[in-house]
Amino acid sequence: MIHFVVVGILTLLSTYGLYMFVLTNEILLPIQASEQAIAIDNLFDLHWLLISFFFSLIMVFLVYSIVVFRRRKGDEGAGEHFEGNTTLEIIWTIVPLIIVLFIAFRGSEALADVERRDPNAYEVTVIASQWNWQFEYPDGETSSDLVLPKDTQILLRMYSQDVIHSFWVPEFRVKQDILPGGEEYIRELRITPNELGDFKIRCAELCGQLHYSMLADVSVVTESKFEVWLSEQSDICELDDITCGNKWVEKNGCVACHSLTGEVIVGPSWLGLYGSEVPLDDGTTVTANEEYIRNSILQPASQVHEGFNGNLMPPSFGDTLSAEQIDQIIAFIQSIK
Amino acid sequence: MSFFKSGFMRGLIAQIIGTVLGMGLVVGIRAILGLEAWSSTNLEILEPIIVGGALVGALSFLIGVGVFSDWFKWTKGISTVDHHDPDPEKPSWWRYFSVDFDHKIIGIQYGVTSLIVLGLGGVFALLFRIELSQAGINFLNNGFFDLFFFGDTNPFRHSGGADLYNSFMSLHGMVMIAAILLGVGAMSNYLIPLLIGANDMAFPRLNAFAYWVNVPGAILLVSSLFLGGFDTGWTGYPPLSLRAPLGVQMFMMGVYLVGLSSIFGSINVIVTVIKMRAPGMTMFKMPIFVWAAFATAIIQLTATQLIGLSFQLVMFQRLLGMNFFDSVTGGNPVLFQHLFWFYSHPAVYVFVLPGFGVISELLPVFSRKPLFGYKWIAFSSMGIALVGFFVWAHHMFTSGMTAYLRVPFMYSTLLVAVPTGVKFFSWVGTVWKGKLRFPTPMLFALGAVVVFLVGGVTGPPNGTVATDLHLHDTYWVVGHFHNTIFGGFMFPLFAAIYFWFPKYTGKMYNEFWGKVHFWGMFIGFEIMSLSQMKIGLLGMRRRIADYDPALGIENAQYWITIAGFVVFFAVLIGAINLIQSARKGKIAEGNVWESRSPEWQIPNPAPLINYEKPFHVVGEPYDYGIESDYVDMNPAPLVGE
Ligand code: HEC
Ligand SMILES: [Cu+2]
Ligand SMILES: [Cu+2]
Repeated sequence: MIHFVVVGILTLLSTYGLYMFVLTNEILLPIQASEQAIAIDNLFDLHWLLISFFFSLIMVFLVYSIVVFRRRKGDEGAGEHFEGNTTLEIIWTIVPLIIVLFIAFRGSEALADVERRDPNAYEVTVIASQWNWQFEYPDGETSSDLVLPKDTQILLRMYSQDVIHSFWVPEFRVKQDILPGGEEYIRELRITPNELGDFKIRCAELCGQLHYSMLADVSVVTESKFEVWLSEQSDICELDDITCGNKWVEKNGCVACHSLTGEVIVGPSWLGLYGSEVPLDDGTTVTANEEYIRNSILQPASQVHEGFNGNLMPPSFGDTLSAEQIDQIIAFIQSIK
Repeated sequence: MSFFKSGFMRGLIAQIIGTVLGMGLVVGIRAILGLEAWSSTNLEILEPIIVGGALVGALSFLIGVGVFSDWFKWTKGISTVDHHDPDPEKPSWWRYFSVDFDHKIIGIQYGVTSLIVLGLGGVFALLFRIELSQAGINFLNNGFFDLFFFGDTNPFRHSGGADLYNSFMSLHGMVMIAAILLGVGAMSNYLIPLLIGANDMAFPRLNAFAYWVNVPGAILLVSSLFLGGFDTGWTGYPPLSLRAPLGVQMFMMGVYLVGLSSIFGSINVIVTVIKMRAPGMTMFKMPIFVWAAFATAIIQLTATQLIGLSFQLVMFQRLLGMNFFDSVTGGNPVLFQHLFWFYSHPAVYVFVLPGFGVISELLPVFSRKPLFGYKWIAFSSMGIALVGFFVWAHHMFTSGMTAYLRVPFMYSTLLVAVPTGVKFFSWVGTVWKGKLRFPTPMLFALGAVVVFLVGGVTGPPNGTVATDLHLHDTYWVVGHFHNTIFGGFMFPLFAAIYFWFPKYTGKMYNEFWGKVHFWGMFIGFEIMSLSQMKIGLLGMRRRIADYDPALGIENAQYWITIAGFVVFFAVLIGAINLIQSARKGKIAEGNVWESRSPEWQIPNPAPLINYEKPFHVVGEPYDYGIESDYVDMNPAPLVGE
């Protein structure tokens, strides 16, 4: 009996110690920057408590047995003979079962909190493609950063142009895979940012070579700042062609694959491209004039630069870019010497 | 007798010739169909040719090594002997490199192959761990790797350090799984007949086939690295795997072959356990390991097909243009994940149940006490196996599958905790008030309990959907499942290797180096995996070649790499100890551990015919402490026998 008293006390002490250690550990989780994170972190706390208890329970019994019931020198005898105890077995089946059902129930509640819908949620479309994020706002403004107003529920409607990606901002906690396949496969995610600040979207589903660098900036700003920012993002560019072209290549993520410095990322660098002789993978060469560049953007797989993969560049730019924008991009490429 | 005439070498040569023939066959078919028959640079043309070569090559290996020989003879009406005795003209090691039907030889073949493949998987891990020890990509893009992986003239070149990282990381996963399945095969093939009083498995030829098919499987798996690698992770999700380099085909075909091994091996286990037990051994008097292996075999027999199928769909879409996953023509991009996890979740129980069996087998011996709640442990294995079939979608909480389905899968997933808990409580009940001894196998068994406990308690946060939305695809999950696999497989595997070492070598291992192995592996591993969980919570994603130092995790990354090296070298020390002890160890005679189990009542090493005379079961397997026997090795014939 004395054994059980000692073990019981040790288990409680250890549970308390562990749980306090976890709770006071400030860098356990990233900061909490959304309403959804609150519900999730509360559930985490319940988990930490149960982990502390069950880990302590088994460890204390085990370590106690190892220390107290170790064989003493010269003792060749056997241990105490008992083969089991049905009452105990039933208890340690039923009690965990009840706990498990309780956690599952709390889990459902937390999920309901996370998914709670605000009918006035502000809608942003998220377009993921290999190693690039693109965001579309209700009036057609587009951006490669995600800027969000604080304390408004955001409804993200997300789709992919190629493989599966996943939207995750650790500070917001929630995560959702982004699927290719069109309308039917658009997936939604709701976030209510409640902290001002700069965070990062980190693609959480392996999506190929540059998966690790598929990041985008997220800023949570005040309502008024948000309005100002939004007005700057529209697809209207009143400046000269080269500057506008620069804006389009930044916005469309071309620079994720094409450097302006001569370095080869995934596609050929644009440095000195214009007017040069480009070797193609069928053995011929072609002069990089306006026509070639336009064709490379509209149908990337048709004239493939030797040594590069013709299937990597998204073939959809013809649909998303206007003829004027393409002209401006060409002007911009022409300017990189 | 030269090594080059062994079955293994004949198989390898046949595989090379077969590969060339297979490639020629596809080139011929393409020519007949009027397609461009050959190109040395265009991968679209090369892919079907190489896949055809790999397929014929693998088949040729099996023919060359000789697993079909008896079957071929039967088709011609020639009868063969039931048991091929070792050829006295050939040295004793010969049997291990050729087709042999003795379950003990096959068990050792599985075991040694498993350790070699394990080492290989470890090397892959170290390579990418070095890359991760610092932020920035600064190791795998090294010119040092040019020869095999980069280089301008190599049509299968990787396109950079990150790409090579992805290949190593993906291959680490699948190579380790192959190693684990081989280890499971080692334990069940070596132990089951010995434990139940049989002289061999039910189908010795199928058994040999099931082992040997792994060899070309492993070769194909590793060859993927030199054929462009693959950047899909071991999960191979389309559409990514549809666009991945050619290596993905070799990876999928390799898995296909290893899967065949699981299926054939498990039929053998099930039939052997049901039909070949010694007189008096009712199901509830079987050694507990046999229960675990039996539950494992049921899962393997019924789930493995699904991973084969899912990979086959990807291969066919790539090769033949059949469309399963593209929604534009009615395919479904998430379908694959359901098929894949329908195997791959139960597969984790394939990895850990035999380990649980080993723990339950060893604790009574070294505590000198009965196993606490034998029937509950046996039923909990079956319970885990059963519930394991209804939880697969917990890997898909964020996948975009039908949203409401997540709730029932959350309930079923958390239910697994109940039978798993029963095991822990029973193990604690087993050591409680025992007289504990701590030789190396016991250390590994206890270490297994602790490590699996860490894996077990860190499971439920992944099981509740809301918290999993944060944890999914982070290093938290990496840390969690490495604890379950090390606790459920790696530690028990080494416990088994040390415990039965005298049984298969007739020698004793060196205790000191065994303990060094244990402590190095235990401490190194926990530093590694706890740090992984910590950085996962902070935002470290899985499967990334480089990370954002702004997360504040660079220090932890460094220590994870160091700890990984500690684990690797601890295992290396263990391996050297085993080899040295097998050659020069002290002779170990008789019942080394004072076990009640039948295999310890026969000489060391186990003789060619396990039990000249079948034993009878006359008592309980784990009744340590009372004057009785489990088995009667010299029974009077039963009435009617
Ligand atoms: C996912 C990576 C990726 C993105 C994003 C991408 N490209 Fe490309 N691009 C490539 C690759 C790879 C090639 C080389 C293969 C080929 O010629 O199709 C290429 C080729 C080109 C070429 C021909 C260059 C040459 O040297 O032959 C042009 C021009 C071009 N891209 C423009 C663009 C523009 C404009 C955008 C953005 C609107 C863009 N690309 C976005 C990968 C990309
Ligand atoms: Cu990604
Ligand atoms: Cu699972």
